[in-house]
Amino acid sequence: MNAIYILWLRQLIRYFRSKSRIIGSLAQPLLFLIALGFGFGPIYTKAGGGNYIQFLVPGIVGMSIMFTAVFMGIEMIWDRKFGFLKETMVAPVSRFSIMLGRILGGATVATLQGVLVMIISIFVGFRLDNWFLVIPAVVVMFLIALIFTTLGTAIASIMEDMQGFQLIINFLIMPMFFLSGALFPLTGLPPAVTAIALIDPLSYGVDALRGILLGASHISMPLNIVVSLGVWAILLGIGSILFAKMEA
Amino acid sequence: MIEVKELTKQFGQFTAVDKISFDVKPGEIFAFLGPNGAGKTTTIKMLTTLTHPSSGSMRLNGYDPVKNPTEARQSFGIVFQDPSLDDELTAMENMEFHAVLYGISKAERKKRIESLLNFVELWDRRNDLAKTFSGGMRRRLEIARGLLHHPKILFLDEPTLGLDPQTRNHIWSYAVKLSRDEGMTVFFTTHYMEEAEQNADRIAIIDHGQIVAMGTSEDLRNQTNKATLEEAFIELTGSEIREEQASSMDQMRMRRRAWSNKKII
Ligand SMILES: Nc1ncnc2c1ncn2[C@@H]1O[C@H](COP(=O)(O)OP(=O)(O)O)[C@@H](O)[C@H]1O
Ligand SMILES: [Mg+2]
Repeated sequence: MNAIYILWLRQLIRYFRSKSRIIGSLAQPLLFLIALGFGFGPIYTKAGGGNYIQFLVPGIVGMSIMFTAVFMGIEMIWDRKFGFLKETMVAPVSRFSIMLGRILGGATVATLQGVLVMIISIFVGFRLDNWFLVIPAVVVMFLIALIFTTLGTAIASIMEDMQGFQLIINFLIMPMFFLSGALFPLTGLPPAVTAIALIDPLSYGVDALRGILLGASHISMPLNIVVSLGVWAILLGIGSILFAKMEA
Repeated sequence: MIEVKELTKQFGQFTAVDKISFDVKPGEIFAFLGPNGAGKTTTIKMLTTLTHPSSGSMRLNGYDPVKNPTEARQSFGIVFQDPSLDDELTAMENMEFHAVLYGISKAERKKRIESLLNFVELWDRRNDLAKTFSGGMRRRLEIARGLLHHPKILFLDEPTLGLDPQTRNHIWSYAVKLSRDEGMTVFFTTHYMEEAEQNADRIAIIDHGQIVAMGTSEDLRNQTNKATLEEAFIELTGSEIREEQASSMDQMRMRRRAWSNKKII
């Protein structure tokens, strides 16, 4: 228990210490909000979709969480390269606790990053009827963060070095983002695209965020939550096997 | 305190450690010498639960590192061959992290950290980030950290590589003092023969994964009819240079050392 806590705390200390990284990682979501939000907004409204910024913000929040979370997981490769991982691996603590501590820490950081993006989005015109909705939204954000930190950690357990990182980003993470419905509604799409979106775990998280923040979702809310929890459980199971086998 | 029988590690077809056996007594300072790639680090990794042996058996403080890793881990402290601090944390935070992982109570934690940081003369620098430390300071911090939980056994894998003579002397005076005062068992590797000569009660020489000689420094010199341990070592392990045998792993390690102060993100 204490071990999980200290591993969690370490990630947070490192996060708050790297101010430049925090600011740097807000640039991409801001760019998406401005370029897409203002660029496609008028077309979206003309097509009868309503306010695009409102629609877009939960998608961009989901995106930042996913990217930060995957990165927080994959960062373990650096801990292995620069030796710190060994310090945790020889401690009298189960491998599962070590992995869980890392995941909870990474997921907390990714959630904080998502909250920051939500705050920034106010400046591009995002409005909420009721700011208390942020509380359930943060719960969903944390769930998204858990899924992708666990995915990143599982990948890092079997990846030798950072050479595969670009591959993972381009062939796994980017497609998951673009096909998740983060940028467009999931209704009225070609069936093949809908099918892909429905096997993409990010779709459910983003849809749940829209359900909470905007009161409108394409997938039923219980299904969103059950699928997200299920995906996390499966990844945690696979991840813990890979993590236990890993040699530092 | 350390019992090893027929311990073997294979990487595919290659046998890195080949049926080695030895015992280290409680309180003994034991040197494990050998050329690059001889299998020293691999042996330490098996003893410290970082990798599983292919065959053979081990006991640390009576515990089997394979079957009872948690108890075995509680029994030893280690200074790895490669750096293992969190550079983004302060000296104090690195120590606290370790203390919590090893379940040391809050009250004891404070006292113990203060006395150890004083011991390695880093107390004044306790609130500085580890990345601002020199190689010698990092090593001293790693030693203090490895001692935090009162280990019965301390593993030191090339603890003095690349350090100046003053720092090397310091490091050995800490290790020897703890061994003499608290009966701590020390298992170390080094390429500096005089360190083994001066500090070790017994020495084992490993080459190509096999132990080729074991005994006191005097035993080894007598056995080979040589005047110095250095000559005895070369007699036992041959004089060809092992650089070519340094694997890509070793090369990566050397590079990593050079990089360790650089941030990539
Ligand atoms: N993970 C690994 N995979 C393959 N070969 C390895 C691995 N680790 C070490 N080796 C090889 O095992 C041999 C012993 O390495 P090591 O124990 O690090 O030597 P030493 O510490 O004595 O210099 C070397 O030839 C090294 O290349
Ligand atoms: Mg070595």
